Amino acid sequence: MRIELFILPFNIGLWFILVYCVARCIIWFRDLSRPDKLRLQRGFFGRAFVQSLREIFMESLLHRNIFRVNPVLGYMHMSLAFGWFLLIVFGTIEADIFGDSHLNPPHKAIFFRFYHPEPASGRVEIFFTFLMDLILAFILSGLLLAIIKRFRSKIAGLKKSARHTFTDRVALVSLWMIFPSRLLAESFTSAQYGSGGFLTGNLGAILVAIMPAQQMAIPFWWLYSISLGTFFILLPRTRYLHIPVELFLIFMRNSGIRTGDRSGTFSDVGIHSCSSCGICLNSCQMALSAGVTHMQPLYLHKEIRESREINGVAFNCLMCGRCEEICPVGLETTAIRMIQRREPLTGNDMLGIWKGFMRQAGATGNGKEIPANGFTDVSGTNGTSFSYLKKTPGRKSKVAFFAGCMTHLTPSVIRAMESIFREAGIDYTFIDREKGVCCGRPLMLAGQEKEARELINHNSFLIGESEARILVTPCPICYKVFSESYYSGLEVMHHSQYIDSLITSGRLRLKYTGRSVVWHDPCELGRGSGVYDEPRNVLRHIAQLCKSLEEKEMGLCCGGSLGNFKSGREVRRRITEDAAAILVSSGASTIATGCPLCKKTFTPASEIPVRDIAELVTDAFYTVSNASFVADLEPATMNIEK
Amino acid sequence: MDKHVVVIGGGVAGLECAGRLGRMGHRVTLLEKKESTGGHAARWYQLFPDRRPGSEIADYLHKLANHPNVTIITGLGVESFSRKGEGFHIKTGGVDFIKADVIVVATGFDLFDAAKKEEYGYGIYNNVITSAELEDMFRKGEILTTTGVEPERVGIVHCVGSRDEKTGNCHCSKVCCVTAVKQAIEIREHLPATQVFCFYMDMRMFGPYYEELYRESQEKWNVNFIRGKVSEASENINGRLVVKVEDTLASRPLRMELDMLVLMSGMVMSKSGADLAKRSGLATGKNRFLAGLDHHYGTNKSAIKGVFYAGACIAPMNITDSLSHARGAALEVSDYLKKGIDS
Amino acid sequence: MNRFGFTITKGRLIDYDANDHSLAEIVMEQEPSLALCIACGCCGATCTAGGHTGFSLRRINLSLKRGENDTLRQEIARCMLCGKCTMLCPMGVNTRNIILTVRNTLKVLDGYAY
Repeated sequence: MRIELFILPFNIGLWFILVYCVARCIIWFRDLSRPDKLRLQRGFFGRAFVQSLREIFMESLLHRNIFRVNPVLGYMHMSLAFGWFLLIVFGTIEADIFGDSHLNPPHKAIFFRFYHPEPASGRVEIFFTFLMDLILAFILSGLLLAIIKRFRSKIAGLKKSARHTFTDRVALVSLWMIFPSRLLAESFTSAQYGSGGFLTGNLGAILVAIMPAQQMAIPFWWLYSISLGTFFILLPRTRYLHIPVELFLIFMRNSGIRTGDRSGTFSDVGIHSCSSCGICLNSCQMALSAGVTHMQPLYLHKEIRESREINGVAFNCLMCGRCEEICPVGLETTAIRMIQRREPLTGNDMLGIWKGFMRQAGATGNGKEIPANGFTDVSGTNGTSFSYLKKTPGRKSKVAFFAGCMTHLTPSVIRAMESIFREAGIDYTFIDREKGVCCGRPLMLAGQEKEARELINHNSFLIGESEARILVTPCPICYKVFSESYYSGLEVMHHSQYIDSLITSGRLRLKYTGRSVVWHDPCELGRGSGVYDEPRNVLRHIAQLCKSLEEKEMGLCCGGSLGNFKSGREVRRRITEDAAAILVSSGASTIATGCPLCKKTFTPASEIPVRDIAELVTDAFYTVSNASFVADLEPATMNIEK
Repeated sequence: MDKHVVVIGGGVAGLECAGRLGRMGHRVTLLEKKESTGGHAARWYQLFPDRRPGSEIADYLHKLANHPNVTIITGLGVESFSRKGEGFHIKTGGVDFIKADVIVVATGFDLFDAAKKEEYGYGIYNNVITSAELEDMFRKGEILTTTGVEPERVGIVHCVGSRDEKTGNCHCSKVCCVTAVKQAIEIREHLPATQVFCFYMDMRMFGPYYEELYRESQEKWNVNFIRGKVSEASENINGRLVVKVEDTLASRPLRMELDMLVLMSGMVMSKSGADLAKRSGLATGKNRFLAGLDHHYGTNKSAIKGVFYAGACIAPMNITDSLSHARGAALEVSDYLKKGIDS
Repeated sequence: MNRFGFTITKGRLIDYDANDHSLAEIVMEQEPSLALCIACGCCGATCTAGGHTGFSLRRINLSLKRGENDTLRQEIARCMLCGKCTMLCPMGVNTRNIILTVRNTLKVLDGYAY
């Protein structure tokens, strides 16, 4: 049994990383809540297991999601991941069949050519030699792309390249050195023995003409081993930890575990599954329009891992959701960021999480107890922030209309909705006509759940008093919080959905105006609530709908964002102008939107008029007014002139 | 020396510049996109600070520009111009070019579209009008609400579309404060029983006798001034307008019902002027007005030799300063024509 | 006889030099747009909370700048973060960040965070 010293770095690295991963996963599993533990256990058997294997193959190896973003980028990632996987699998098989014995130690497979440098004999062995060389060439082609991409990121379709830490870069260099050093080590060894495949054999033959193969082989085997060892040892401290952790994430996710509201194993696993690929950076309007490149998910996750002060980063995000839409790992970036906003003082102390310390309620970074009523002095206000609100209920009706704070700044929308209610003969209560109270979502976006709950209770009381069955609101922000956090039991509708239902039921008859409009998907309505179709249905009845370059799931943010607390006018102005320009380039004569904040934000930045969908609908009324009796329900025949 | 000067824009500055140049012996053609000359000033009833009739200025200008050397063509807008030899070719949308040796850009300003400041309810609520529309009422001789009655209480909102980052205009439109004071006095004179409230952020009374007019408005006419920027207007159940404002001097919010709300719409770069600038390579400043060659001593000159600026196309201006500025342009043009393009 | 002295009664006086400006300095550093405020009152006029209680961001900014921090603690809890003030501020002050920064700074100064 030959024991060569050069196998040591590799072995040290390999066993270290295996022990580390197993230990980490055990600790993570232990920290799962009981329901999640059960989910995961169930997820290891049955359909979820097969689903996970399939996902691992398609995403972790083939990187299908990245291919969708850009084929060159996808190929680059795939060649390294899938190629290395194939190398390991087929290398193990090769060592198994042609090696000293079955069940070899790993280094016998990794350094197979060193241990079996003789030329291949027999068709199977020749085939394997060819195969291993082919896989190596595959990996090296991707590696070449990766090196070029470092200098010219545009070839992979990336406008912005991710900044990496020093440790990341050292790991990157060692990763990049693995396969070239394997190539050279195998080539020199092959040259010595006249063996090798189409790549290693020929390269060896070329090299040996210029330098002595005998001496050159061993140093490169050392380099190969050291590169591997360094990479493995650095792995936990770098972005490459995503390689093992992502597997765990996939199993957990397919078992039905989600990020939720509080920090825990799943959010932690998610943060460590981030590979810093930079795709989120390249879809982020803060980066592309305003040059702000320190708060995107890849950077947020790094900051969390390093337990750094993340206030400025966590709160400086538009919360538009484009990054979450495009993340190839499928991380719930919005939920992870919200956790940081809610729990800024519990810290991201990894040691604490390992020891489970941070699970205790009331614990703060320096041990001082959080007072029961939060941090502000509310001594004069009965212990709550908003006890100054008085509950004065209004009248009762089947439909409740909640305008929302922002809609009061766009009275055209209120007027339009009042006209629509009148035209369709609907009896409604205007909940916040006077002395309105905020729906509570802005406070939630700031992580202040408790204060938001007070506002929710107040508004829920008022809505409840109206005994309405349907709650209509023209503001997507209100719509989202009504749908998700108000437990009022009535049907919540965005006004575009409500108008759509009025058209479908025949209560509203509209004519085709022929004007060309482009629909802007508000972030909170589109990605936030999944409402894409109803507004388009309405618009198609009354106008010619143009397509925008970025729409629906990848629709742009107007920049008005109530989710961003840190960025000021300059940053927002650039985002707004770029977004408006893209909408204008659709060729439409009008921008249509369903959000008062979007309308107010776009108006000064757009050359073409910006109208709310309700306004466009009132423009499409027939001048003859309909009968306004609620009982007079006509069959759903619509008079659409096209 | 038969050089041809073309003045683009037939408002206050354009007419003054054309008239002066004509009288200095130059051949001038004035192009005005509307059917009549006189610009915005033709719309004003009385001018600050002395409340002389606006028509007197119009008369003065038309007399000045009425000269054999000056040809006035109305109903002709200019799309762009480009250098041709030492002169220019001007494209007007017709087939032929107009040839010019010198161009004076006097495209003036536009009034801010108050509908863009939606929260004030222009075009949505009744009886929300702009300062220009109030002047129309003055010329007609009657100030009436949409229901045909005289308003008992009128509110005037300063800084609509000016000094307001949210409308895209950070600049001060200069003349609105004194216009508001003037209009407040005019309302009080016409309707002695009506109360007038001016909602201001600052009182910018920069010109000669402006501050005295402000004093007169309080002393003689009992105009009320409340320091607070109106955030929004709404209509109450009686159809009256309600404004939300903070009385910052009293440090408390104030609620008030009004019969009429007058919005002091600011001055912005004219749309046709901006298009002309973009197509012809004229530099604009951050406030989107045209940028003169030098802020202090070169405001009539552009970076293009032979192209000069006159009037409010470079910044908000009152009539007095537009006239002075136009005369400066005439002097620069005259100098340039004497010395030639290489001076 | 001290009837016509120039002393202003202590309660009404803004004793600028005696007041603690550290809170304002911290907030100004984190949100420099606070310097743009001209106290026009548009924020206070449109404020959702201001419709129910005496809260006004203009007053908060002013108290902050003058170093009058005592009233801030109670007042600052009233803001609903609805954003109407941010949408209307003519100077482009990042109003909501001022509220958040004051709240966070008070937490740090009171020793609840580090």
